[in-house]
Amino acid sequence: MTQIQLPSYREQSPEVRARFERLKQRPVILEVQNLGKNFESRQGTVTALRDINLTVHRREFVCVIGPSGCGKSTLIRMLAGLETQSSGQVLLDGQPVSGPGPDRGMVFQGYTLFPWLTVKQNVMFGLQVSGRSGMPEPTALQWIDLVGLSKFADAYPHQLSGGMKQRVAIARALANQPRILLMDEPFGALDAQTRCRMQSYLLDIWKNIDVTILFITHDLDEAIFLADRILVLKAHPGEVQELIEVPVPHPRSTQQFLSPEFLATKARLEELIHPPQTETVGLSEDHLNMVRMVAVDDVVPDVY
Amino acid sequence: MSAQSWFAVRKELSPRRRMFLGILSFVIPLAIWCLVSYVPFIWHPMVEVSDPGSVSYFTQGMLLEQEVFEREAEAARQKGEAVPVGTSANPIYLPAPHQVAKAMYTAFTTEPKRRDEKWLHESLGNSIYVIAMGFLISSLFGVPLGILAGTYDVFSRLNEPFVEFFRYLPAPAFGALAVAVLGINEAPKIAIIVIGTFFQQVLVIANTTRKLDPSLLEAAMTLGAKRMSLLFRVVIPGIIVDLYKDQRILLGWAWTYLIVAEMIGASSGITWFITQQARYKNFENVYAAIFMIGVLGLTTDLLLAWIGRRIFPWQRSLAH
Ligand SMILES: Nc1ncnc2c1ncn2[C@@H]1O[C@H](COP(=O)(O)OP(=O)(O)OP(=O)(O)O)[C@@H](O)[C@H]1O
Ligand SMILES: [Mg+2]
Repeated sequence: MTQIQLPSYREQSPEVRARFERLKQRPVILEVQNLGKNFESRQGTVTALRDINLTVHRREFVCVIGPSGCGKSTLIRMLAGLETQSSGQVLLDGQPVSGPGPDRGMVFQGYTLFPWLTVKQNVMFGLQVSGRSGMPEPTALQWIDLVGLSKFADAYPHQLSGGMKQRVAIARALANQPRILLMDEPFGALDAQTRCRMQSYLLDIWKNIDVTILFITHDLDEAIFLADRILVLKAHPGEVQELIEVPVPHPRSTQQFLSPEFLATKARLEELIHPPQTETVGLSEDHLNMVRMVAVDDVVPDVY
Repeated sequence: MSAQSWFAVRKELSPRRRMFLGILSFVIPLAIWCLVSYVPFIWHPMVEVSDPGSVSYFTQGMLLEQEVFEREAEAARQKGEAVPVGTSANPIYLPAPHQVAKAMYTAFTTEPKRRDEKWLHESLGNSIYVIAMGFLISSLFGVPLGILAGTYDVFSRLNEPFVEFFRYLPAPAFGALAVAVLGINEAPKIAIIVIGTFFQQVLVIANTTRKLDPSLLEAAMTLGAKRMSLLFRVVIPGIIVDLYKDQRILLGWAWTYLIVAEMIGASSGITWFITQQARYKNFENVYAAIFMIGVLGLTTDLLLAWIGRRIFPWQRSLAH
C-alpha cells in the first residue's frame, strides 16, 4: 500500500478554527446529559447506551456514526421522545423533554409518509394537528416547492420514488418549523447517485433556514460531507468514543472528497469504527478458508 | 406479443386472461352440469316412464330405478303383454339446467299457494332485511370496539377475554332465548345474526388495527399528533382499507347465520322457502333459490369492491 502523508484530522485551517470559535459562541439548543438506556429482556438487562453527553449549538449540523447495533437509533429515538431514557436527561432550549412533540422533527429511514394522504396533505399534517393558526395549504406548498416537488403536490406516496418520498418527509418535518431536525439514516435505502444529490439538497436547506440537524448515518463520507461535528459511538455498551470537529471548510462540495482534510478525517473514522485487530473466528487474515471447488479441466479453470 | 407463461409463479396475468379465466370458472361447472344432465351415458341411473304399458303401478312421468324398470319390462315381455316404455333420466334431486332456469322464472311469477305464504321476491327481500339489520347493528358496536381494542391496551384487556369466550358459544344455541325475549318476528332473527357476527368482528378488527405500521404512529407523534388526532387522523385512515375488506368478509359470514336465523320463531325468508320446496321435492326451485343467494352475494361483493376502489384512491392496486 502506498502511504500518503496525511495531516492530522485535528489540524484546522485558520478559517475553520475561527468558524468553530464562532459556532461555540452560539446559544446551546440541545443538551444531552449522562443519557443511558437499558433494555430489559428475558436474558437479562442489555445496556444499549451509557453515559452519553453532547451539547449542540444553534444551526449546527451534527452527525452520529458508529457500528451497527451501537445504539444510534436508540439515541435519536430518546431525543425524539419515542423512547424513555433509563438515566440522564435531554434538555431542549434548557427545558427537559418528555414525550414526542412538534419541536423535534424526525425523518426515519423507512418511508413513513401517510399513504392515504397526497404529498400536499402529508406536509399539511403537522400544521393541522398542532392547530396552528394561519393557512396550512400555502405554507405546505411553499415547503413542497423548496424540496422541488411542486409538480407532485397532488400525487400519492406510492407514485413517488424513494428519493422523492424522503424529500416529502423532510418537507413534512420542516413545515412544523421544529427547533431541531432528527434524521435516522434517512438516505440509507437510496442508490449512491440519488443519495449524493439528497446530501447536497439537505445542505442547501440547512444553509437557508433556521434549523439544527442531528443526522445518523453509517456512511463515513456522508458524515464528513455533511457535518460540523461527528459523534462517534462504540458498541456494547454504546458509549461516546470521540467527538470530531470536521476540518473540511464550508461551503462543502463533492470536489472536497479527495482533499487532505477529508481523507485525514476519514482515516481517523476508519480507525475508530473498524479497528485493525478484528476478531478472527475461523478466519485467517483477510481470506476465507476455502478449498478449490472447480475441476482443473473445467471449461473455465481459472478466473485470472 | 410476448408469450408470457400461464403458470408464472406469483405473477399477475394480463387483464384479458384474468377475465377469460373468471368466466371459465363459471363455465366449467356449468358445462359439467350440462354434460351430466343431457348426455344419457354419463350417469342417468333412473328411468322416466313415458308409457306405463301393462304394469299396473307404473304411471306416466314416474321415476324408477333402472333395475326395477328392467325387471317389470322383462316380466311383461314374457307374459306377452304391453311392454312399458321409458327414457333414462337423472334422479329428482338433480334437475337439468333448463329446468332450474325455468323454475327461476316461474318462482317469481307463481302466486303463493296459500294466502299467508309469500312471493319469492318477498321472501328474498325479507332475508336481505334481516341480514342488513343484523350486520348494521353488529357493525355499529363491533367496529368501534374493535378499533379501540386494537389501539388501546386497556380496551383490549377489558374486552377480549370475554369476547374470545363468547365467540365459541354457537349462535344457534341462543335461538330459543332470542324468541323468548324478542318475540317471533324479525327481531330474534336479527339477534342471531348479530350474535353470530359481532364477536368475530371485534376480534378481526382489533387484529387489523394492530397491524397498522407503528412507525406511522411515531411519525405522527413527532409531528405533534396527540390522542384524538392520532386516533382519527392516523389509526382510522391507516386501517380503513383493510377494515373495509374485513367487513366484506364478515358480511359473507353473516349470510351463513341466515339459515339458522330463519328457522326460529315464525319461519320466513329465502332459506325457509328452500326448506319448504325441498319438502315438496321441487328441487329445481331449491336450486333456483340457492343460485339466487349466490348471485346476490357475489354482486354485493363485487359492488362493494368497486365502491372500495372509488373511495380509497391511494390503494396500490389502482396504480397498475
Ligand atoms: N426494543 C428493544 N428491546 C431490546 N433490545 C433492544 C431494543 N431496541 C434496541 N435494542 C438493542 O439495543 C442496541 C442498539 O440498537 P439500535 O437499534 O439503537 O442500534 P443502531 O446503532 O441504530 O443499529 P443500526 O446501525 O443497525 O441501525 C442493540 O444491541 C439492540 O439489540
Ligand atoms: Mg438504527
